[in-house]
Amino acid sequence: MNTDHLVRMISTNVEAVTYREPKRMVLISAGLGAVTALVAMLLFLGVRTDLAEPRAWLFVVVKSAFAGAIIGMSLANLTRIVRPGGERRVSIALGLLPFGGALIVATTSLVMTPLSDWKVMIVGEDWLLCLLCIPLNAIVPFAAIIWAMRQFAPTNLMLAGAMAGRAAGGISAFMYSLHCTDDSFPFIAVWYSLTIALCAVLGAVVGQRLLRW
Amino acid sequence: MNPVEGELKSLMTASLGGDEGAYRIVLGRLSRYLRGYYKARLAQTARSVADVEDLVQDTLLAIHVRRHTYDPDQPFTPWVYAIARYKLIDYLRRTRGSVKNLPIDDVQAIAAHDDHVASESSLDLDRLLERLPPKVRDAIRYVKLDGLSVAEAAARGGMSESAVKVNVHRGMKTLSALIARGRRS
Repeated sequence: MNTDHLVRMISTNVEAVTYREPKRMVLISAGLGAVTALVAMLLFLGVRTDLAEPRAWLFVVVKSAFAGAIIGMSLANLTRIVRPGGERRVSIALGLLPFGGALIVATTSLVMTPLSDWKVMIVGEDWLLCLLCIPLNAIVPFAAIIWAMRQFAPTNLMLAGAMAGRAAGGISAFMYSLHCTDDSFPFIAVWYSLTIALCAVLGAVVGQRLLRW
Repeated sequence: MNPVEGELKSLMTASLGGDEGAYRIVLGRLSRYLRGYYKARLAQTARSVADVEDLVQDTLLAIHVRRHTYDPDQPFTPWVYAIARYKLIDYLRRTRGSVKNLPIDDVQAIAAHDDHVASESSLDLDRLLERLPPKVRDAIRYVKLDGLSVAEAAARGGMSESAVKVNVHRGMKTLSALIARGRRS
């Protein structure tokens, strides 16, 4: 085929483009994913029962704020990264900030406690549940976000996939925080960060295939 | 801002509003820049220069079906460059070429060579069209190849006007995907 011929064909009777805003699509898909993740969490795990205690409240707020920060940053990055060249407007260092912050708070809290309590603070009781539930419950939000991204044209698929995985992991962690009774800063810094990072890594691997165009 | 950017950007903005003439000029210009860019890059990586025209056409169709991802508040050349580079990397991976010595941020490279020496690509439009569903194929034939208006195409094909529009849109997307996928396998 001759390229001039193709150019003529493409441009003939071209329609005015209908804009689909990345911001809207990303938010809608993440919202739908979040609702599904919330329902799944309520069905299989349920909300923690000791919410009347202030300490429990405090930790729900801390955990969900951590997850919320990750979600907010990831979604903001996603709206940029779905456009060609948008990866240049994404700061990876900034994205690591919540993890770094959590690590500092966790270290401070460890330093202030006797060594004998460290193991309980870091490992907690339900680390395995956390490790399993967060990635599992991130699958539907991840699929929804990927679907939205496929309407656009990311040009760095690894980073785009990682960001989608991180957003989905954040959403899932947010829901899990309503159930989780492991109330210590080191637990959050280790297991929440680890599971969300795991989601990002898996997202990068899977996203590279799913986002191709 | 360099003159190429300013000119292409205003043409592209008009194209997004449905200006056929402006769109033809942009695509014509881009095809020459893309050809120059791919020829230079493939020569550097010692890849077959015969694939240049395939890459140019793959990229032009991708630009068309993804044109809604261009944000008119942002410069135009980096957007084109990102797509051109994405398609090049995709091609190099497929042909097991090295992506390593590809410059990372080299937006100016896209308009560095204006190359009008086109050759035929290996793509066969008629055979690609045969792979589309009949309604979609007809809509593309009438509107994009015969140049009928949407109303005329609707009358000839026995479809509603919105069906014609949807089928053209869908058909162009499928063509782009077929070319990208065909080149991948």
